Amino acid sequence: MKNKPLAPVRYARAAMKWIAIALLAGAGPARADSPQRVTPLPKYQQECAACHLAYPPGMLPVASWKRLMGSLSTHYGTDASLDEASVREISGWLQTHAGTYKRVSEEPPQDRITRSQWFVRKHNEVDPQIWKQASVKSAANCAACHSAADKGSFRESEIQFPKGLDARFRRNGSD
Amino acid sequence: MSRIAVTAVPAACIARTFVFAAALAVTQAGTAWAGTPQEQLGALSAQAGRSPNGAQGQQFFNAKHGREWSCASCHNAQPTGEGKHANTGKSISALAPAFNPERFTDPAKSEKWFRRNCNDVLARECTAAEKADVLAWLMGLKR
Repeated sequence: MKNKPLAPVRYARAAMKWIAIALLAGAGPARADSPQRVTPLPKYQQECAACHLAYPPGMLPVASWKRLMGSLSTHYGTDASLDEASVREISGWLQTHAGTYKRVSEEPPQDRITRSQWFVRKHNEVDPQIWKQASVKSAANCAACHSAADKGSFRESEIQFPKGLDARFRRNGSD
Repeated sequence: MSRIAVTAVPAACIARTFVFAAALAVTQAGTAWAGTPQEQLGALSAQAGRSPNGAQGQQFFNAKHGREWSCASCHNAQPTGEGKHANTGKSISALAPAFNPERFTDPAKSEKWFRRNCNDVLARECTAAEKADVLAWLMGLKR
């Protein structure tokens, strides 16, 4: 009699393999360009996305979110203050899902996502003039080019440069 | 059980409760429970102690008050269409109730935005009279 594993063991091994493959397939691209794999908190959408994109919580480390949520009345030059219960709810959720994107353990200057090293590196081909275009306004306006940014997806294939953009800037998009 | 308790409450007591609630509504005008723009305007006017002046509201809305922004910086001089956040560029839906029926239907929300935006534009809270004037003007903008 040959020393073969029993059928259930074989099935279990096969299942493990498939689970691993499924996980890799699912997590691979997500880790690369879609940091927000969490269901957005409705309160976060309601309160924060009224003025700007609901930035994926994974894009800042816990300490940065803590500081941000502790100083909403002076939020990058504007008053974004909220009632205590909302602050607590949003802050807790942000901290739970913080720091899951690339190298975000490093706290960027002024807790700005756009000052993170990975962000700067990723956008080094973008002409500085692009950020200043009326249709873009600033590097914080992800949705100006990342067409699925509001869904937490930042894949290169989804990049669409705004219509008003000068032709000489547009070529960067096809890189 | 609870039904019995309610019916057992003397009429005078209910009347007193009603008067108290009405008094509370007046004293807390801005944060009361009014659910329409008209009710919020009423509450703000009562708090201000005078009737609102739409023309003054328009002027207030479009003027700068010693800081970088006016209300119109984000909402446009004529807030009947989409505005744009002066910093982020994010679109802001129309502010005039006739062009956006959701506006001024939640007093807590109105108060939150008045508090924040007045702080950004004037570096202080707005008075009830200022808010009433602006709201009166916004409500006067018709399709």
